[in-house]
Amino acid sequence: MADNDSVKKTLLVTLVLCVVCAVVVSAAAVLLRPQQAANQALSRKENILAAAGLLQPGIGVEQQFERVETRLVDLDAGRFTEALDAQSYDQRKASRDPALSTPVPQERDIAKIQRRPRYAQVYLVRDGDGRLSRIVLPIKGYGLWSTLHGFIALEGDLNTVAGLGFYEHAETPGLGGEVDNPGWKALWPGKRVYDADGKVVLRVIKGKADPGRPEAIHQVDGLSGATLTSRGVDNLIHYWLGEQGFAPFLANLRAGAA
Amino acid sequence: MAEQSKIKEVLVKPIIDNNPIALQILGICSALAVTSQMSVALVMSIALTAVTAFSNLFVSLIRNHIPNSVRIIVQMTIIASLVIVVDQILKAYAYEISKQLSVFVGLIITNCIVMGRAEAYAMKNPPVASFLDGIGNGLGYSAMLMTVAVIRELFGSGSLFGHGVLPLATEGGWYVPNGLLLLPPSAFFIIGGIIWALRSVKTEQVEAAEYRLAPNTVGGTA
Repeated sequence: MADNDSVKKTLLVTLVLCVVCAVVVSAAAVLLRPQQAANQALSRKENILAAAGLLQPGIGVEQQFERVETRLVDLDAGRFTEALDAQSYDQRKASRDPALSTPVPQERDIAKIQRRPRYAQVYLVRDGDGRLSRIVLPIKGYGLWSTLHGFIALEGDLNTVAGLGFYEHAETPGLGGEVDNPGWKALWPGKRVYDADGKVVLRVIKGKADPGRPEAIHQVDGLSGATLTSRGVDNLIHYWLGEQGFAPFLANLRAGAA
Repeated sequence: MAEQSKIKEVLVKPIIDNNPIALQILGICSALAVTSQMSVALVMSIALTAVTAFSNLFVSLIRNHIPNSVRIIVQMTIIASLVIVVDQILKAYAYEISKQLSVFVGLIITNCIVMGRAEAYAMKNPPVASFLDGIGNGLGYSAMLMTVAVIRELFGSGSLFGHGVLPLATEGGWYVPNGLLLLPPSAFFIIGGIIWALRSVKTEQVEAAEYRLAPNTVGGTA
């Protein structure tokens, strides 16, 4: 068909094709968006429950999440805030929004996050008497190849680790990727974050923590073959639980002034 | 009857005799990346088979109207649209796996098998045959991916489809997993081994040598 190669036909075919493809692609994106958003929200809730050590298999995640209270914290003031809606707040988007975040000075940016949001979501779990039994804090920081996104959960004393988990990272499978290993994550619960002066002393150390020594309560074994990922986890714990992160808020909460 | 045998040939031939990975050495990149777990490899196989089949179908449907000068771009547009749709569907209905496949679903666009079949087959053949050819080649890709994934997951993590088969030493069993198998280069060795085995059995797959080493000449340097 010789006329196929005429300028008119070429333009017509490409134009029609582009319109058809654009309609198909946008239709798919729009129609499937509610389902995708639901998936993301569900997976987030599942991760929060898993970090808090409360995830029970066989029961609906939504149902289990009902006991979790989502609140927003002003990191600068160290207090709860109602400035924005805690449920719909998107912390990852806010971290990129100049109006809702501030750049972290390079010398203090140990977790290499570049920008820190002003507000952070925290998740509170209360026991039967209404006392705080778990608090789940979002954490993130750079490992070897990628930013690790996760949650750390503390007991009601706001010092003892209840659990830790990363829901997104791209570390080397089998080495840094072992941050997902249940055996390694099981080393975290029971460790203490702060010393008597309120300094973050929890460390991911190289090699194995010696359980006979008193400092072992502040030490987690590093991942073998993944020094940089271990260091990244160590850094992000120090950043987010330190003065620039949740430490002022946790201090206020402990004093009952949050 | 002749029609039926042709359908069978189009569908079955790419699985072993004309395997896109083993014989044509196409689509290697994703075969290295997504084969450390069987469940991920399976979803990738289904996604690629669907994209190849439908891109072949649509390219074939409009093959008589595609201007020769822009045919590659036309094929790419169709393939890219299909891949985005597949990616969106996975995100909506197979969220966990879509997270693991991450960028590789998007990279189906550049998978040489899809493009290769559109250009080599769908441009010259009617829609139904093209569709079947796409499925056949997708199955060939899938067969290879699943074979590699079985080996990598079984010996790399001691499990199949995530269910523990070999008790791991780290969890009190006896099997010490081979960490190399979890890394992409291991798929190179496995695919290489499969190609060697296939060509040893099916000698007609061995290409004629492009040149022959000259015999040593008398008095030449050793």
